[in-house]
Amino acid sequence: MSFIGTSVKRREDPTLVTGKGKYTDDLTLPGMTYAVIVRSPYAHAKINSIDTSAAAAHPGVVAVFTGKDIQASGVGGVVPVGWLHPDLKQVPHPILAIDTVRHVGDGVAVVVAEDRYGARDAADLVDVDYEPLDPVTDVVAALEDGAPLVHQDAPGNLAFDWNLGDTEAVDAAFARAHRTASVDLRNNRLIPHAVEPRACLASVDEASGEVTLRMTSQNPHLHRLLMSLASINVPEHKLRVIAPEVGGGFGSKIHHYPDEAITAWCAMQIHRPVKWTATRSETNQTDAHGRDHASHAEIALDADAKIIGLRVVTKAAMGAYLSTFAPSVPTYLYGTLLSGQYDIPAIHVRTLGAFTHTAPVDAYRGAGRPEATFVIERIVDLAADAAGLDPAEFRRRNFIAPDQFPYQTQVALEYDSGNYEGAMAKALEIAGYDELRAEQARRREAGDKKLMGIGFSSFIEACGIAPSAVVGSLGAQAGLWESAKVRVHPTGSVTVYTGSSAHGQGHETTFSQVVADHLGVPMEQVEIVHGDTGQVPFGMGTYGSRSAAVGGSALVKSLDKIVAKGSKIAAHMLEAAAEDVEFADGQFQVKGVPSKNVAWGDVVLQAYLAHNYPEGLEPGLEETSFYDPANFTYPFGTHIAVVEIDSETGEVDVARYISVDDVGNEINPMIVAGQVHGGLAQGIGQALWENAVYDEGGQLVTSTMLDYALPRAHRLPSFELGRTVTPCPHNPLGVKGVGEAGTIASPAAITNAVVDALKPYGVTHMDMPLTSEKVWAAIHENGGS
Amino acid sequence: MFPANFDYFRAGSLDEAIALLREHDDSKVLAGGHSLVPMMKLRLAQPAAVIDVGRIAELKGIHADGDSLRIGALTTHAEIASSNQVGRHCPVLAKAASQIGDPQVRNKGTIGGNIAHADPASDLPAVLCAVGATVHVRGSGGERSVAASEFFVGLLETDLGEGEILTAIEVPVLGAGSGSAYLKFEHPASGYAVCGAAAVVKLDGAGNCADAALCFNGVAATPYTPDGLGGALRGSNLSDATIDAEVDAAIAIDDPLSDIHASAVYRESLAHTFGKRALKAARDRARG
Repeated sequence: MSFIGTSVKRREDPTLVTGKGKYTDDLTLPGMTYAVIVRSPYAHAKINSIDTSAAAAHPGVVAVFTGKDIQASGVGGVVPVGWLHPDLKQVPHPILAIDTVRHVGDGVAVVVAEDRYGARDAADLVDVDYEPLDPVTDVVAALEDGAPLVHQDAPGNLAFDWNLGDTEAVDAAFARAHRTASVDLRNNRLIPHAVEPRACLASVDEASGEVTLRMTSQNPHLHRLLMSLASINVPEHKLRVIAPEVGGGFGSKIHHYPDEAITAWCAMQIHRPVKWTATRSETNQTDAHGRDHASHAEIALDADAKIIGLRVVTKAAMGAYLSTFAPSVPTYLYGTLLSGQYDIPAIHVRTLGAFTHTAPVDAYRGAGRPEATFVIERIVDLAADAAGLDPAEFRRRNFIAPDQFPYQTQVALEYDSGNYEGAMAKALEIAGYDELRAEQARRREAGDKKLMGIGFSSFIEACGIAPSAVVGSLGAQAGLWESAKVRVHPTGSVTVYTGSSAHGQGHETTFSQVVADHLGVPMEQVEIVHGDTGQVPFGMGTYGSRSAAVGGSALVKSLDKIVAKGSKIAAHMLEAAAEDVEFADGQFQVKGVPSKNVAWGDVVLQAYLAHNYPEGLEPGLEETSFYDPANFTYPFGTHIAVVEIDSETGEVDVARYISVDDVGNEINPMIVAGQVHGGLAQGIGQALWENAVYDEGGQLVTSTMLDYALPRAHRLPSFELGRTVTPCPHNPLGVKGVGEAGTIASPAAITNAVVDALKPYGVTHMDMPLTSEKVWAAIHENGGS
Repeated sequence: MFPANFDYFRAGSLDEAIALLREHDDSKVLAGGHSLVPMMKLRLAQPAAVIDVGRIAELKGIHADGDSLRIGALTTHAEIASSNQVGRHCPVLAKAASQIGDPQVRNKGTIGGNIAHADPASDLPAVLCAVGATVHVRGSGGERSVAASEFFVGLLETDLGEGEILTAIEVPVLGAGSGSAYLKFEHPASGYAVCGAAAVVKLDGAGNCADAALCFNGVAATPYTPDGLGGALRGSNLSDATIDAEVDAAIAIDDPLSDIHASAVYRESLAHTFGKRALKAARDRARG
């Protein structure tokens, strides 16, 4: 029985859809109190004084603390940055502001009370004397001379100036170019919007001194490490971080925020459990946002319309502070992807990281790769136009050919495998591309008021960021391997402890499928435990589409060790040599003599009885592995969007969306499709609707869902999915990762389709989101109806 | 999302509700709670007292009353959307009610609460103005009625006086030979009307326009009715070209709304587009 490759239904769902799942805010502890964090209404202000007396006197209030109280307690009191560049301005980020607030939502005090209502009422009574200062929220304006400074020790608001590639080679390419094209573009700022807002619940065991923090985390060990090192300084062996059910993250629950440190610190002060749960407005103001780039890109072509050079300069917002992995996102997760699917002999990218008076910006589903894909796929379309070629033909002409792998790009990555033409061909076939173009021509000819456009995105992504030594040399302050412990119980059932930390991905299903296949046990006999530093070996968590490729590989490694040890026990029982024993169909058997066998259950039981046992072999059947990948994995694909625009209103309707993805082997095709669907919705959301807007005073205008436009199901078409399978050559499952593909590819596909529809009006580029008004204006400014 | 402290009173009758309103300064009336409660949770509204009228039986239900339908203030959007009487006699109201928010909102939100709140982007006010509805109000001084077109006086501001409660909305039966339509350009985030157009058309025996009305939500602080449009269309054959020309000629919004989602000039353009589409849809329905 093979479970891998089967659309097994998600084991998680019955619990979750019947409301039995316990999320952080569902948990209560005896004597629990509630914290509300008092937040700055100003984007930039000096704190003259904070008077907490009225709040402290409010009925039910247990304590009120400010940043100075945290400082005085002697803990580090800062959240650290986990990725360093050589010239990075490492500005301090106190968990409660001391003398300056730097974005709307920056915490200035915390009120702890017997109930939520009392805490919230008392928060209004904390009297902060602010001296408002001028803010700068726009990434381009922040880098201009004379812009208000976010941090005094970061002149010009420059966090870093990062370069990759060969400028001389690029200059030479442009000097000999037959044609060039260029574009100035923005990648709009996004707010993550996990269904479950961030929350935490901290308690202290007065007997052992252990602090337990249950929280919305994608990586409990990383949170424990950073809190231990920098914010609350509780040693790791006295700090337990548990991620109960977590309702989505999209990256926003990777980072170490001040809030969990404040909550844990409060519990340590008052010796009672403290719970904090963000409101939706609070998450919008304080969750790390995504994207927010301003880029200038230029491309050089030779006479055969082959790309010979690419030059990109990007200004990337960091926000008010450096969030956990913020410096890596617009650099190593962005610049390194700028070769896309194309054979480009010379590339140079420069990224300027800028502080702004906004929420910090960090990894958000795709993290750098959607931004890179948007740049390369937009400029490739412009280059195709310049060369007078169909966008599909131009792409095909420049693809890295299947026989060029492994392919060393000019921006550090070595692509291990790929068949880009294959995915493109499949997408064209599903779309019926020639007929689509013919229909478009007919409709244009007839003066159809619905404007039809077709857009491509041929994307590459790098998943499972690795190996550790490489990412360490690039600035990561962590390894990026994964752990898995497999414990086989005496009666043959299995518990897996994985360092991956699912928050909606379905690992309990997919990892069980892997175990069931490898050990021949029913899935029901497998339990997957994750998200608890008290139970699971140190692990790196779930993000960057890494769980199957890295966590799954660690699991296979442990399963192989289990089988190897089982074979030794079986060999002893069968009186055969270990190397002559194989494991198949749930039994150990002598190779070539299937009748000479011993069942899985008998071998497992013997491992614990150790009555009839090989000499020198330890009893028990439990194995742990740490897997450090050889390379990233490189999923790819081609997406085609077909849009129809109402020329009278500018409204864009996504009529069709074809998504051909190559994610390597698929453990569970249903879960893969689900990831693609969700990713596409998010990417289409970015393209058409989502936008975090700060006004000139630095207020977040889109702080609620009344104003921040998330994609809605009725605005999306039924997606047409296709796949090709190019297994990853360097991990045991041949898997590559699928969590982000849809988000990475679709913004460019939609934008290219809209620009294609508006070509008759002379439009060559539009920045996202492609709102109805923006599209309407583009039509009407260019003589449309 | 925790409101500030407030006192809560549940009124058992309309008289009791009016007395409670008089008794408590700085009080708000709570019906379905889908406008007031979100504002209280955001602390944009912090009334000292909330008078819950939600269980007063006399404010509920839809009753035919000669040439009109009397719709109790507590009637929910879902009840209006699914009412056979409203569907038959004032279909544009049922259609608009079916487009408000989501099922949860429609199951709790009420017509009285909706229009008393007077959100300019709400779907119902323009419909009520276009059909010529009457709003019934009661206070300590007794009952009075006001035309829907006079009821909305400003942004979130109505003709309701201190201590008055909205009791019912009366809509005329549109009758044979008439057609109506409500079309809206939805806000991508909230689903509210960036521009909503309610149109009612009545044809004479010859198939020409006997009467026409058009009113907009979302484009101005109060429902916007283009001046003179009804008169201009009366007697015409309501051809596409006539509708296009007369709508273009009539629309002149004094102080159009403008925000990050739609500028004034874009809203005005949407009004032209949706005004024409709504009138044509109403005409087509009138023609059957």
